[in-house]
Amino acid sequence: MDTREEPIRVMLAKIGLDGHDRGVKVVARTLRDAGMEVIYTGLHRSPEQVLDAAVQEDVDVLGVSLLSGAHMPIFTRIFQLIDEMPERPRFAIIAGGVMPDEDVDALTAMGVSAVLGQDTAPDTIVERIRDVSAPVREA
Amino acid sequence: MTAPKEIVDAVLEGRNQAVARMLTFVERRSDGVDDALAVLHRAAGSAHVLGLTGPPGSGKSTLVSALARHYRSQGRTVGVLAVDPSSVFSGGAILGDRIRMSDHGDDAGVFIRSVATRGALGGLSRACLDAITVLDAAGTDVVILETVGVGQAEVDVISAAQTVAVVSVPGMGDDVQAIKAGLLEVADVHVVNKADRDGASRTVAELREMLRLSHRTAGQWNVPIHQTVAANGDGVADLAAVFAAHLDWMTEHGERERRARRNAATRIRWVAEELVLDELRPGVAAFDHALDEVTAHRTDPLSAARQLVGR
Ligand SMILES: Nc1nc2c(ncn2[C@@H]2O[C@H](COP(=O)(O)OP(=O)(O)O)[C@@H](O)[C@H]2O)c(=O)[nH]1
Ligand SMILES: [Mg+2]
Repeated sequence: MDTREEPIRVMLAKIGLDGHDRGVKVVARTLRDAGMEVIYTGLHRSPEQVLDAAVQEDVDVLGVSLLSGAHMPIFTRIFQLIDEMPERPRFAIIAGGVMPDEDVDALTAMGVSAVLGQDTAPDTIVERIRDVSAPVREA
Repeated sequence: MTAPKEIVDAVLEGRNQAVARMLTFVERRSDGVDDALAVLHRAAGSAHVLGLTGPPGSGKSTLVSALARHYRSQGRTVGVLAVDPSSVFSGGAILGDRIRMSDHGDDAGVFIRSVATRGALGGLSRACLDAITVLDAAGTDVVILETVGVGQAEVDVISAAQTVAVVSVPGMGDDVQAIKAGLLEVADVHVVNKADRDGASRTVAELREMLRLSHRTAGQWNVPIHQTVAANGDGVADLAAVFAAHLDWMTEHGERERRARRNAATRIRWVAEELVLDELRPGVAAFDHALDEVTAHRTDPLSAARQLVGR
């Protein structure tokens, strides 16, 4: 058996109308260079599509990036769908984008493991993803 | 940590979450996965396994997506394994195929899994073949493998398919010629994708010439050249019909059985080699003893080896 550390698998998703993915692509490269396997969904996905894809890819972390301001309804929908699943998926969910502090608290209460603002430094993103994936990978 | 055997039944029922987990166990060679695969192998064998290979950008993922849509319209379930290279430097990878395939995102009848070449611990070929077994045992009707046809590992993987399609595009020059030549032996079907572009008929003519020079013997499958526009679905239903015709031809001519046996032989050898070599390393008492004896010239390498492997 190889002793090499298994790469962390991350799905990066863009949901809804927000049509900007330059930022998320930069993050994808940063994570790849940090040794992670990154699956990017492309733009304009629905919460249903993203959750199905994340289950099939058996990722450790699902990162949803939103710049449209629609994060509250979208995350509400995501967790509603998760509640309807026969089994709770194993991945941790993180949110990326611009959002006010009170929303950060609300998202955390919903079950989001980390919220990364738009200006988060690349090293911090890598570190936070390693942090949130650790318990998931042991489970 | 969930053990592989706990989810075998759910895999056999075709539950996506269990299938996804099992594919991870297979890729990581987790403890207990061999016992799970023993059960799954016995339940497998009914899927049509297609291999699509060709250079990056030739439209394989787009074609896979279009084929999946076609099979779904016939009520058949589809499993996709898309193999993408990992970075040699970091071991990380960006697996891009989801973008091209996302329109199946909420259809439980299409299961798509991206595989990074290094995620399989160097044992890409074996992991991929085991992954096919998982999807097959889960009741998937059509399993599609997508690989970039370069390394030996990728060629090994694609050889596990029952029907192999080599995808090329018009006007890509000498590189494509080389790739096509390297993959000529494994191609059951040639696909010229992006047939909406100039030069498609020239590419078809080049392929035809190459096939003519490859000396087909009588009674062999006549390798067809098929044009598609994956981006809008043109020619995709016909291509699926060609794949089905190839499977029928193989069944009629005993080729399906021959390939299955060849595939079985490869897999038995891989595993046997691993089982044997696992005992032949420093730290294993019998091996260390043999090392001492051969080094001191009290016995010879062949005798020691025979004794170690019991023959
Ligand atoms: N013009 C044209 N473009 C296509 C066709 N099929 C795929 N493409 C485009 O070719 C590019 C590469 O496609 P992709 O499926 O990712 O190729 P892969 O690397 O072989 O998997 C994408 O921009 C596709 O939209 C086609 O039939 N015609
Ligand atoms: Mg591709």
